Amino acid sequence: MRRAPFLSSLVILLFALLLSIAIGSVFLAPTEIWNTLLGRGAEISTSILWRIRLPRTVLVALTGAALGISGASYQGLFRNPLADPFLIGVASGAGLGAVIALSIQWPYSFWGLMAVPLAAFAMALLTVLIVYAIARIGHTVPTTNLILAGVAVSSFATSLTSFLMLRSADEVRRALGWLMGGSIQNGWTSILAVLPLLTVGAVVLLISGHALNLLQFGDDQAQQLGLNVTRTRTTILIAASLVTATAVSFSGIIGFVGLVVPHLVRLWAGVDYRRLLPLSLIGGASLLLFADVIARVVLAPQEIPVGIVTALAGAPFFLWVLRRSKNQGYW
Amino acid sequence: MLKIENLSVYYGKRQVLRDVQVEVHSGEVVALIGPNGAGKSTLIRSISGVVPIHSGNIEVGGVNVTSLSSMERARQIAVVPQAVSMPPAFTVWEIVLLGRTPYLNFLGQASARDEDLARLALEQVDAFHLVESRMDEISGGEQQRVLLARAFAQDTPILLMDEPTAHLDLRHQIDLLKLIKKQAHDKNLTVLVALHDLNLASLFADRIAVIENGLLCIAGSPKETLTAEIMRSVYHMQVHVIAHPETGMPLIIPGVS
Repeated sequence: MRRAPFLSSLVILLFALLLSIAIGSVFLAPTEIWNTLLGRGAEISTSILWRIRLPRTVLVALTGAALGISGASYQGLFRNPLADPFLIGVASGAGLGAVIALSIQWPYSFWGLMAVPLAAFAMALLTVLIVYAIARIGHTVPTTNLILAGVAVSSFATSLTSFLMLRSADEVRRALGWLMGGSIQNGWTSILAVLPLLTVGAVVLLISGHALNLLQFGDDQAQQLGLNVTRTRTTILIAASLVTATAVSFSGIIGFVGLVVPHLVRLWAGVDYRRLLPLSLIGGASLLLFADVIARVVLAPQEIPVGIVTALAGAPFFLWVLRRSKNQGYW
Repeated sequence: MLKIENLSVYYGKRQVLRDVQVEVHSGEVVALIGPNGAGKSTLIRSISGVVPIHSGNIEVGGVNVTSLSSMERARQIAVVPQAVSMPPAFTVWEIVLLGRTPYLNFLGQASARDEDLARLALEQVDAFHLVESRMDEISGGEQQRVLLARAFAQDTPILLMDEPTAHLDLRHQIDLLKLIKKQAHDKNLTVLVALHDLNLASLFADRIAVIENGLLCIAGSPKETLTAEIMRSVYHMQVHVIAHPETGMPLIIPGVS
């Protein structure tokens, strides 16, 4: 097993984390960050670091990690390089679930906090099952079918979401910025509420690398090599949808990270899913951190939703991959 | 030894295999022949467990495998598929190691022994020099040998093959079947291979099973099965049978009149 990609990807992630903590209306130099983390910083830096920068950085990193690994998993599951939680409509489905949950007034309790991610998860799962049922031919999912079904289902979910937002109270309407991929700034609470769900889903996906390798050879060969195909597919589908739903609960609908990251990783470290999944997790976190820094500085002091940055960079990338996969039969 | 008794398989309401009975002994190569759609692939797929069976028994060494899990069955039965639509970017080494899947832990980590067996399998098919190549960088004949190595790495008593020579040129067809026959005899493997080419079946199979319309018509030595009468009734056309100039085995020549 090659170690180099893991080391370099961790170095990149560390740099991205540092950048995200440092950049903002007040610049925090690395030495200052270090001192503040050790509890030796100025009061103002301590406040900025613990109340604003750190929660946001962690939130963005977790969102990116979730999108990266769920994108890689969907691509392996559908044997299609263009599967991405956003493009196949899962993210919009999760968004709808989250908004439905938000439109009900939950008491401030454990289950109140969990309502949003769990509703997002349920709708994400429902969406992916609908898209898969429409798009599949046998056990394969042709690109055209997948994207078209994704667009249709995603538009439907998005319209329902808009409808819910327009007719409901102010609180939900304020969620619009979040849904477009702007981070919510309510500190550590939502991170801690959603983190267990993300961890469970991500761990299941991380140990599914060998199974996803087998599935690349088609269901027949995978089973003949000893894989319980139905159970494996179901498990991965549920885990990937859970992870996508946590990303949406954190940061709304952010497109293209799940597409771009696994692709770059493949070009760099090969197609073995046992490497691809952890590297997509790390890479997704790094990429979204960089995008978030850009979103913060490009119109400073105003922020733009990070989803806009990822779409502006990701959409051309998507077209490039589409051309490339047609020309070379890359899969 | 592979023993199939009264095997019936349905696709929806259509019955595609009817009470098929076949025995393949250890160290024996049995060729499965018959027209398109006769049920050759279905038989291979149902024995390997990817097509559910309606009724009947499949026994490996006296043990019924129909109730085994995928992993347990994959320790008994390996399948060599056609080398078409393989994911191109996997390396030969990665692919052959996948043959060790039924013995790996849940993380799919290969032990030193797994790697040794994969290496040995590659040497047996004379493809060890390709170990670092990607699947799309090697020829069709080499790809087919790699898939054979993957099946050898699976270390099973039973080897099933579905048209392994379909996309190969003459030389590679002969080389592959020679290799399969030698390994079957050397390692006492039980080999059932679906073949389109009647003459290859005649030259390389110890016995031939003829299947038509989901029914097993006859099983026996090439001389017993490849007769003009049987071939005529199975393929619904005029055929001539001549003797191979070197071995005297029957060769089928289509009639043109």
